[in-house]
Amino acid sequence: MNIYLQLFLTYAKVGVMTFGGGYAMLPILKREIVDGKKWITEEDLVDSYAIGQCTPGVIAVNVATLVGYNKKGILGAVCATLGVIFPSVLIILSIASVLSAFSDNVYVKHAFGGINVAVCAIVTLVVAKLFKTTVKDWITALLCVGTFSLTYFVGVPAILCVVGAAVAGLIICGVRNAKANKADKDGRGAK
Amino acid sequence: MGKLIYFWEFFKVGLFAIGGGMATIPFLTEISRKFGWFTEEELLNFIAVSESTPGPIGINISTYAGYTAGGGGFGGLLMGVLCTLSLVLPSFLCVVLIARVLEKFKQNSIVKGVFYGIRPATTGLITAAFLGTFIKVFVDTGAIKVFADVFGAIDFVKVGLFFIILGANMIFKKLHPIVFIAFGAVAGLVLGL
Repeated sequence: MNIYLQLFLTYAKVGVMTFGGGYAMLPILKREIVDGKKWITEEDLVDSYAIGQCTPGVIAVNVATLVGYNKKGILGAVCATLGVIFPSVLIILSIASVLSAFSDNVYVKHAFGGINVAVCAIVTLVVAKLFKTTVKDWITALLCVGTFSLTYFVGVPAILCVVGAAVAGLIICGVRNAKANKADKDGRGAK
Repeated sequence: MGKLIYFWEFFKVGLFAIGGGMATIPFLTEISRKFGWFTEEELLNFIAVSESTPGPIGINISTYAGYTAGGGGFGGLLMGVLCTLSLVLPSFLCVVLIARVLEKFKQNSIVKGVFYGIRPATTGLITAAFLGTFIKVFVDTGAIKVFADVFGAIDFVKVGLFFIILGANMIFKKLHPIVFIAFGAVAGLVLGL
């Protein structure tokens, strides 16, 4: 079978089988493209995830783009990316079409009234987990609370906050590196 | 030309939402407040459906948001596809560019610094976006004229349901979110929320 078609179909399969995206996709990718197709090694896959996290956008899609690119260049990247989003688009558009036809139905409204409450509970836990993994010291705590306050109370656009936080992160790490270098030099000097 | 604004807004979401599907929420909340293409309550519906269907959550949410922004029907279908592709494009370009210099990129101290700053900021952004939406779910803000109205405007049935689901979710961590969403739907029907 054509390699481009294979990339598309394999990733479409991965897209269908994953609930939740991101890390939920890891074991399925391992089975399909590491063990099954042998396109990349398990180490490559873990590396791809690291890159997927450090690039904008949806992690699972970034991993697909990267693996497709490494396999067959730009066209490979296009096939893998379209493959992984294809089932989502198809399924969501079908559901959206059906639900919008019933959106005025009183039972659907009541059901979504309860569903919204459930989503609030789920998201509360997701946010709590995010706090645990992203806030590690007082600087990151300050960045988190600062961003929250700026956007919630002052209404600063989210994009400005992201750019500002990136600059702040750069400066902080720059200062840290400079300090570490200086300490290193002083340490050697004392010897 | 009219469609270009949709492309541009979802392109920006894809470019600045860093750290997974939920990171799209603050940006989509802004779009909702700025353009009114969908309401914040609808955004919660998108999340519910996205959590309950296969595929990356960020993609599912943006497809649904695009469909609703396009007004449903055939226009909605087209817009769902357009908005999803717009959201994917910036990350696609970034990854293809970075793939060439992969090893250098990972160890680059500039990249590390940038992400050291962005990760906690994204958490702050998501929290802020949700706090606004949360309040709208549990409190009928339109009914509050003076401070004394606050107590009467809170929907205590919903608050109670929230804590039940939250508690259950904390106890049964392994259960898929779809279980809690289904429970919420049944509770909503029974309680007439």
